[in-house]
Amino acid sequence: MSRTAVIVFAIVVVLFAVSWVAKAVVLSDTSDSGTLDAFLVTVAAFLTLAIYSFLYKDNPYYKFAEHLFVGVSAAFWMCQGFWTTIVGNLLPRLSEGMANWFMQPYQPGGYDLGFLNLSYTVLYWIPVILGLLLLMRLSPKGGWLSRWPLALIIGTTAGLNFVRYLRSDFIVQVSSTFVPLLGQEPHQWQGIGAFFSNFSLDASGQFVALLANWVIFIGVFCGLVYFFFSKEHTGLFGRASRVGIWVLMITFGASFGYTVMGRISLLVGRLTFLFEDWLGLIT
Amino acid sequence: MRHLLKLVIVVVLLAWVSSPAQTDPPAEVDSVEVAEVTPPGPVTSLSVTDKDNDHGHATVLSWEASVDDSTGLANVISYEIFRWVPFAMDHVDSLRGQLSGLRAEIAAAEDVTDEMETRLDLLEAAFDAAIDNLPQAHGQYPQNGEWRSVGVVASGVTAYGNTGTKEPTSADYIPDYADLYYRVDAVTADPVVRTASEVYGPVQCYGQWFNTDRSPVLVAVLAFGFFTLLFVTLAKKGTDLYVRPLAGIEAVDDAIGRATEMGRPILYVLGLGSAADVATIASFTILGRVAKRVAEYQTALIVPTYEPIVMTVAQEVVKSSYLDAGRPDDFKEDTVFFVTQSQFAYVAAVNGIMLRELPATCIYMGKFFAESLILAETGALAGSIQIAGTDEIAQIPFFIVACDYTLIGEELYAASAYLGREPILLGSLKAQDYAKALVVAFSVIGLIFANLEWTWFVDLFHVAN
Repeated sequence: MSRTAVIVFAIVVVLFAVSWVAKAVVLSDTSDSGTLDAFLVTVAAFLTLAIYSFLYKDNPYYKFAEHLFVGVSAAFWMCQGFWTTIVGNLLPRLSEGMANWFMQPYQPGGYDLGFLNLSYTVLYWIPVILGLLLLMRLSPKGGWLSRWPLALIIGTTAGLNFVRYLRSDFIVQVSSTFVPLLGQEPHQWQGIGAFFSNFSLDASGQFVALLANWVIFIGVFCGLVYFFFSKEHTGLFGRASRVGIWVLMITFGASFGYTVMGRISLLVGRLTFLFEDWLGLIT
Repeated sequence: MRHLLKLVIVVVLLAWVSSPAQTDPPAEVDSVEVAEVTPPGPVTSLSVTDKDNDHGHATVLSWEASVDDSTGLANVISYEIFRWVPFAMDHVDSLRGQLSGLRAEIAAAEDVTDEMETRLDLLEAAFDAAIDNLPQAHGQYPQNGEWRSVGVVASGVTAYGNTGTKEPTSADYIPDYADLYYRVDAVTADPVVRTASEVYGPVQCYGQWFNTDRSPVLVAVLAFGFFTLLFVTLAKKGTDLYVRPLAGIEAVDDAIGRATEMGRPILYVLGLGSAADVATIASFTILGRVAKRVAEYQTALIVPTYEPIVMTVAQEVVKSSYLDAGRPDDFKEDTVFFVTQSQFAYVAAVNGIMLRELPATCIYMGKFFAESLILAETGALAGSIQIAGTDEIAQIPFFIVACDYTLIGEELYAASAYLGREPILLGSLKAQDYAKALVVAFSVIGLIFANLEWTWFVDLFHVAN
């Protein structure tokens, strides 16, 4: 470690120690656990700034925050998985004794198929066996067994999603394109003269309603042409494809702006934490 | 004298104005109002059927409104729906309560005694027997039971769904294959004054195996399945199935070559999706292709993963690719590794890898969320060539602005087929194209029909939830 790094480290330690003490003095007036609360706020502020230091360049503080974050989150999600999935979902359906052991409410039940009654006690052994098979990849000889549950997971979900997507992205999408291009109640088409005499750019007016319907139709049509892979995009087909990509890009631009606004609010939240909760500069 | 006369007139007028209230006692007013509410005509044509396209435990009632609903006496303000419930249901409710209490007691107890367990076993057995007995108890109508209200609807409404749950442990449980009897009362402002309909029953509820409301989905599945089988067969027979070049995929080989020349690794990020997400599955195919080239060129590959199962599959894919390239010994398990399942911790780790390893090429293929721009920006900062592809519409704009090449939505799926050139993938890609052609055709036809107000064609595409 270079001398500069040691000096910077010492300054950082001193600054945050002072911050902790100052915060503890402030919080001790309102809270019994002021010292602990001040420590937590100071650590949170340090980690926030350590992550932000990445904007400058990779550095030891960022590395520390990164490794802490990864380590804590990995451990947290493992515990979370154990307590919510295995203890929370599996064991209470598998065995009453195990449910009682983990002090969880026993959840008996099953599926009555009319001709066959499948209780949870039997059914839930299937995921247990599949889970154990997944762990078989740790065994040099039985590693191939882990492919079976993987195949089941991927195949089942792909099959389920296939029907779901066909419904939402195909059938519903088709029917949503059936829009009245010449207007509908309360904007029924009554001729060119009426259209121009009542012309308005109002969002609830006839022009905007018609324009929206035309954009939907042309946008869907040209967008689909762009995603047609079996034909080269040349000639008229190519022009329609170009319109399609323009429609997509305009949509993405709008989406980009919308999402950036959301991210700004996240930044505001973090800055509020730093300036209000930590430094107390704003109230 | 004039003042006296005025006073007399005022007194007489006041006496005249207030006289009716004094002459009619309140008790008489009430009795007159009650007497005025005459019973309304009953609802007619009551019909009860099993609810279609469900898992059972529900019925649907319909009727014709009372003649006094809005018309005639116009004194119907609501309809109250009654179901005949055997007293055996009270026994079930009682056992349910006892069972729930005992389970709570056991869950709270530090030491579960044998006596508690025996009591629980006995109660569960009694509860199961009581549930099994319910269809038989319903068959005893009209003995050993009573009418119970199951719902109220406003006047003017002529239908009601009596939806229960399938769980016997729930108080709303309605047994399947039990004889159910219903009646509907037309109720006036005075709840006592009402007229009951004729009893309808027996009717049984049960689950259906096929949801006919979703028939359009079945037709779409069959059509898509037909196209897929057709084109897979053609591809297997060696028919040349054209797929237009995709710039992002054409760039993959160049990017791998660049990494080899620079002696720097390639970072492949599979995103945050699970192994079952379509985008992740497509990404596995592209990873296989990249890994094969990496093995041939002996370039380093880094694949940090977010999900343990994705890691397992990715390891298999990369291992197979090294095998296909004839370099199985070069495969290292550490090439594909698990980071964490926390979104931003994962991003922090990948960002760190980018700035420390300085990969020549970063490939992001799969499902991405809020981390997309953070990853792509850091990759740009590290000076990497970046190729991205995702079907998450909200994230595509970020990749477009920060990456060199972006596969938009379905291009990601097409890329896997384009690279793999496997008959199954090519066939399904062709089937997708023809499905899109169908969408265009149906859209145009439906649009014309909708504008001509011919609704039957539009109704064909109606899919219930």
